[in-house]
Amino acid sequence: MSAGHKTQFWTIARRDSAAGYLFIAPQLAGIVTFVLLPLCLVFWYSLHEWNVLANTFNYTGAQNYRMLLEDPSLPAVLGSTALFSLGLVVLNMSLALLLAVLLNQKLRGIAVFRTLFFSPVVVSLVAWTIVWGFLLQKNGGINGMLLFLGIEGPNWLREPVTAMISVIVVQVFKNVGLNMILFLAALQSVPNELYEAARIDGAPPFKQFRRITLPMISPTILLTSIITIVGSLQVFAQIAVLTQGGPGVSTTVLVYYLYQQAFQFHFFGYGSTLSILLFVIVACLTFAQWQLRKRIVFYEN
Amino acid sequence: MSNRINLKAFAAALAVGLSLAAIGTASAQEAVNLRMTIWSANEAHLKLFNDMAAGFKQSHPNVTVTYESLPFDTYTTALTTQIAGGNAPDMAWIFETTAYDFVNSGALYPLGDKLNAIQGYNLAEVSPGATERWSKGGTLYAYPFSTSPFAVFANNDLIRKAGAKTPDELIKAGEWTWDKAIETASTVGRTGKGGLIIRDFNYQNWQNLAAIWNGFGASPWSEDGKNCTIGDKPMTDALSFIHDAIFKNKAMPGPGENVDFFAGNAAMTITQISRASLLPKQNGFEWDLVPLPKGPAGEYALIGQAGIGVMQSSPHADVAAEFVGYMTNPENSAKLAQFFPSARKSLLNAETLKKTNPLLSQEQLEKVVIAGISNGKVIPGHTGFAQIQQMVRAGLDAVWTPNADIANATQKICGQISPLLKR
Repeated sequence: MSAGHKTQFWTIARRDSAAGYLFIAPQLAGIVTFVLLPLCLVFWYSLHEWNVLANTFNYTGAQNYRMLLEDPSLPAVLGSTALFSLGLVVLNMSLALLLAVLLNQKLRGIAVFRTLFFSPVVVSLVAWTIVWGFLLQKNGGINGMLLFLGIEGPNWLREPVTAMISVIVVQVFKNVGLNMILFLAALQSVPNELYEAARIDGAPPFKQFRRITLPMISPTILLTSIITIVGSLQVFAQIAVLTQGGPGVSTTVLVYYLYQQAFQFHFFGYGSTLSILLFVIVACLTFAQWQLRKRIVFYEN
Repeated sequence: MSNRINLKAFAAALAVGLSLAAIGTASAQEAVNLRMTIWSANEAHLKLFNDMAAGFKQSHPNVTVTYESLPFDTYTTALTTQIAGGNAPDMAWIFETTAYDFVNSGALYPLGDKLNAIQGYNLAEVSPGATERWSKGGTLYAYPFSTSPFAVFANNDLIRKAGAKTPDELIKAGEWTWDKAIETASTVGRTGKGGLIIRDFNYQNWQNLAAIWNGFGASPWSEDGKNCTIGDKPMTDALSFIHDAIFKNKAMPGPGENVDFFAGNAAMTITQISRASLLPKQNGFEWDLVPLPKGPAGEYALIGQAGIGVMQSSPHADVAAEFVGYMTNPENSAKLAQFFPSARKSLLNAETLKKTNPLLSQEQLEKVVIAGISNGKVIPGHTGFAQIQQMVRAGLDAVWTPNADIANATQKICGQISPLLKR
């Protein structure tokens, strides 16, 4: 059998596409193994009651979902989650934008400040949180400083309102640098001619910011808000280290509640159901934001 | 909970190349590798355990035992995650609080018959009080290798400096009661130092408060575990007493305040006697160890326990059970007792204990250790403990505020946990 007259199987087009698939294969395999498969498994587990100790795994249909609807703790947990996310997003985005605008000046030594504000991002999350845990104790560093100023500080982590503020602020300080850098990059890409034109027309600085800067960096605002909201819904370590969900259940956010149900109380089935809920919430929020972009975000082309 | 001697360390890498060693013995028997999860990473503990593994190998050349140290704080979570992941150990340490979960679920291999079959094992000398929590239907499912009483450590230097009476003086005057103990703690507390610390409580592990409320005849639930008694009078009395001690008398550190007794910063602490190892070796203070004070309901004692169980899922459960039998036979129990007080009657005498607890006097051993282990109640536990613990913890947060409504808060807790208790 000679191959001389047969059309070759490996045409150039086929070769190209094969090479392409080979290149993306590692990434694809990763996504299938570590994202899609676990997602399917979590859905599968959520239809079961899995008693780890007794080694039983029984199909219970929609029972976990019914439990989800009747769970007396869930409204409080979702409330805390919403409060946490909202506080985090608002504080993080406004602080990041403020810092970025301040650090966008051409001054000597400005790079030092940029590095300073970015540095918490590269610190280990747990180490960062543990240090803040010490600072926020009743007789800790922050109240010590307040006392120096003649103010008796609250028991930060032991009162519902201050505990929520504390976990939000600790998280904001940790990650604000990342958003700041993104904003800074966006600010620097705004063409200078626009500002020049505005100045000639006599627009005051605030108007310039509102009418030129904000629209020009709106794609970055969208991006950072998506990242921040999704990130805020997945916060776990800060809660686990600082408050363990307390006092009461005031800082028990959805991810921490999920962890408690699955890993501490051993209700893996119900924990899986909660993670499906989290997935749906994140997907909906991201989708909503993506839709909003058409109306709010400005694209040059 | 037992012997929390700085156990927050990570696993020592032990499980390397063991299969090769087993092949090397050229035994006709199948090589058996057994793994035990533990919450200690203390070198002295591990050395003792490894010696025991080597001793077992002499009579069972095909068996190799390794230990995996898991972090103390998240031990049970890590263990159940291993089980869920299909990577269960062959043997595991179990906390007294979660004992019911493990024993009742069927996760453990029945040990009783296996242990009784070992010559000279003498399981009968372990008191029924010590094995109660670890048995089901008359069969022992895990061996309580550590039975450690709670006691009061006192810093006499600090107490005298504040002008208060030391526990020893109070005992001699026949006045060692909770009221007097809090008076002393309060006097020290008002000098700016810490008064009395319930170690490891931290406004999270409320079960350690049993060291106080047992003296009031209080308990979180009924004997059979079915009914919530947190709202009953003994418990509300006890909680009011603790509340006053914290917020009125400054006798106990409040929520969010960190004070360390062993650094010399507090008058007294209640913890297990194995914590004597934390006493400062240099520039120390004059310390004392005394039994828990008398409560309104009389004298009492409290113990923490730890058990070793064999996982039912282990392919070599029978060999693992044999190893547990070897590890806890009378001879090895005596060795374990230097770290983990034994519930065996033959080991409960001052002479034996003196050898392994050089820091404690004969009198302290008799009054605190022996009396404590013989009469002590085990700290509370329940099936589904983690969830109940968490709910009560959240509910008690309302009690730990200066103007708490204790009656209301405790009723609320009972309303929440009652369905769980009946389950």
